[in-house]
Amino acid sequence: MTVLHSAPRYAPFDGVLETLSAALGDMIVSAREQHGEIVIHVVRERIVEALRALRDTHEYQQLMDIAGADYPSRPERFEVVYCLLSLTKNHRLIVKVATDEATPVPTATVLWPNAGWYEREVYDMYGVLFAGHPDLRRILTDYGFQGHPFRKDFPLTGYVELRYSEEDKRVVYEKVELAQDLRQFDFMSPWEGADYVLPGDEKGAPVPPAPAPVATAPDTKGEAKADVPKTTDKPADTGAGEKANAEAAKPVSPGAPVATATPEPGAPDPTEDRPARKPRAKKEPTVPAEGEAEKPKRTRKKKTEGEGA
Amino acid sequence: MSLSLEQSPTTGDEVISNYTINFGPQHPAAHGVLRMVMELDGEIIERIDPHVGLLHRGTEKLIEHKTYLQALPYFDRLDYCSPLAMEHSYVLAIEKLLNIEVPLRAQYLRVLFAELTRICNHMLNLGSHVMDVGAMTPNLWLFEIREDCLNFFERASGARMHAAWFRPGGVHQDVPLKLLTDIADWLDTRLPQLFEDAMSLVVDNRIFKQRNVDIAVVSRDDAIAWGFSGPMIRAAGIPWDLRKSQPYDVYDRMDFEIPVGTRSDCYDRFMVRVEEVRQSARIMKQCLAEMPEGPVSSSDRKVVPPKRGEMKQSMEALIHHFKLYTEGFHVPAGEVYVATESPKGEFGVYLVSDGSNKPYRCKIRPTAFSHLQAMDFMSKGHMLPDATAILGAIDVVFGECDR
Repeated sequence: MTVLHSAPRYAPFDGVLETLSAALGDMIVSAREQHGEIVIHVVRERIVEALRALRDTHEYQQLMDIAGADYPSRPERFEVVYCLLSLTKNHRLIVKVATDEATPVPTATVLWPNAGWYEREVYDMYGVLFAGHPDLRRILTDYGFQGHPFRKDFPLTGYVELRYSEEDKRVVYEKVELAQDLRQFDFMSPWEGADYVLPGDEKGAPVPPAPAPVATAPDTKGEAKADVPKTTDKPADTGAGEKANAEAAKPVSPGAPVATATPEPGAPDPTEDRPARKPRAKKEPTVPAEGEAEKPKRTRKKKTEGEGA
Repeated sequence: MSLSLEQSPTTGDEVISNYTINFGPQHPAAHGVLRMVMELDGEIIERIDPHVGLLHRGTEKLIEHKTYLQALPYFDRLDYCSPLAMEHSYVLAIEKLLNIEVPLRAQYLRVLFAELTRICNHMLNLGSHVMDVGAMTPNLWLFEIREDCLNFFERASGARMHAAWFRPGGVHQDVPLKLLTDIADWLDTRLPQLFEDAMSLVVDNRIFKQRNVDIAVVSRDDAIAWGFSGPMIRAAGIPWDLRKSQPYDVYDRMDFEIPVGTRSDCYDRFMVRVEEVRQSARIMKQCLAEMPEGPVSSSDRKVVPPKRGEMKQSMEALIHHFKLYTEGFHVPAGEVYVATESPKGEFGVYLVSDGSNKPYRCKIRPTAFSHLQAMDFMSKGHMLPDATAILGAIDVVFGECDR
């Protein structure tokens, strides 16, 4: 592939991948070259050994960064990515290991002192443990923070927010309450990329051949069109053909109830858009009735609080 | 602060045991929101535990929820003293994944403004470093230069600081010719006058030298082991500059020198930056002399949106514009680590794409993380007031450190 971009150009790496693969031998899970980057995936238990070999015999003197990454679909969901730099060979290298929540990664602080904060950051953000780290504290999040915010299953809004309380004269933490829902627009085109089909967007697929015209249809069609209002009541009126593929044929969401033509026996009559209200009971200013009317309110409020937490 | 007086068992005198103080987070010399827990023996620093993260905004997480273009302005807000240098790494990382060609004029413009950013950043750092060790006047003079730089940014992008002007595929808009001629005039007249004036007050000043020479000496091996970069590693005598060794955009066409230090102390770090300003001016002059005419962004309409005029004429352009500002462009799956020479050192972006329109993971490598981490070993055995000089020479900004 010809290089068109103007990103940093370092020394050409012909043969580096082969040399390093041979040198590291069975420490390597996989090694590849992509987008001009050499990425070496190393066995977790032997990462220190591999990094030491790269530092001492292959002249990758500097550890520039340690990045965490979360891939929840994998059995070992976390990746710890070491970005190495060789000042003498003028070359960069990406070395990575995989791990999960419970299995610690051997620390690189024995090789580079600056691995300390980078590993603390990965621990803070992802909860990856580092065996042998001298001081594995949180680093970026607040004092007393709980959870690991960069995990993919941690919500963007977080769980708590803080404000200064005038009554308590101190900063208080509260459950996050959003004035409006967090807007997550998904503009992914259904034609390329998205793994779902938006309802009504099935037109992108080839339209099946039109059914053979009925013999009498052409004569009456023109007249009928004139006075019949244009509606899209039936699927046939929309111009949509059959479902384009298996994905589109699925109901909108797998758990959605299927609309049935015949109502279930005993079901109430369908209403416009709000459920039928009970006729308001006569006001009875008795004490027990009031207590009863208040009670459900309070429990409902509690319930919503509990749900979010 | 805990101070305990004890009776010496032998002489009966009072001895002061080590005590701990908080430096910051509200301290003018902390350059933002740094809290350092210092253990002092009298006035000698025994141990420093920097607490960072008071400005942590979860930028990397936010970026994962934005399209590639929407994520760009977050980079201005990392190191707000050198916003365009932050964007530079990010756009280059995207371009590397896309393998898209950037027109020559755009590359020259990027280098021109990246160097202007460097001058702008160093004005703030040199000035505040001087002020941290006691001199007021140079800071005010240097801020005048910084103000000029910000005005140039405004004339190019419309924003004084958060420019969002570098875009994947080029730059957002071309600059007016008058701006380029004004920058050329400024480089010839105003910058050298103001800058050399201010520096003449400082560089040979006895008090300034007493506060900086032989403070926080770091050996070459230590500088490498601690992952130093930028002026910090050059002050240690290692001529390492990504603009020279791993050139990006048109830095390989530029003729400039890399200043290195000899003693690797705070004074060297200061002087490396002083010389870098002169070299940046030199690079900018070459850019202005050589810059060709032509487009300022790639003509790949799947990445770069069309101009407004084109949209009035072409349906295709309108569709591209709509798609790029709603869905955004898709970046091929893969991972890259792209680092550029920001004014503070190596600023890297580790970008993972899953082939969609949003970054899957965007790890930002802040320059300050390595440097600030070495604060403990650099200041061990120095006096408490030296901590401010060391911190000033690190050139730390917390928007970038805490992300």
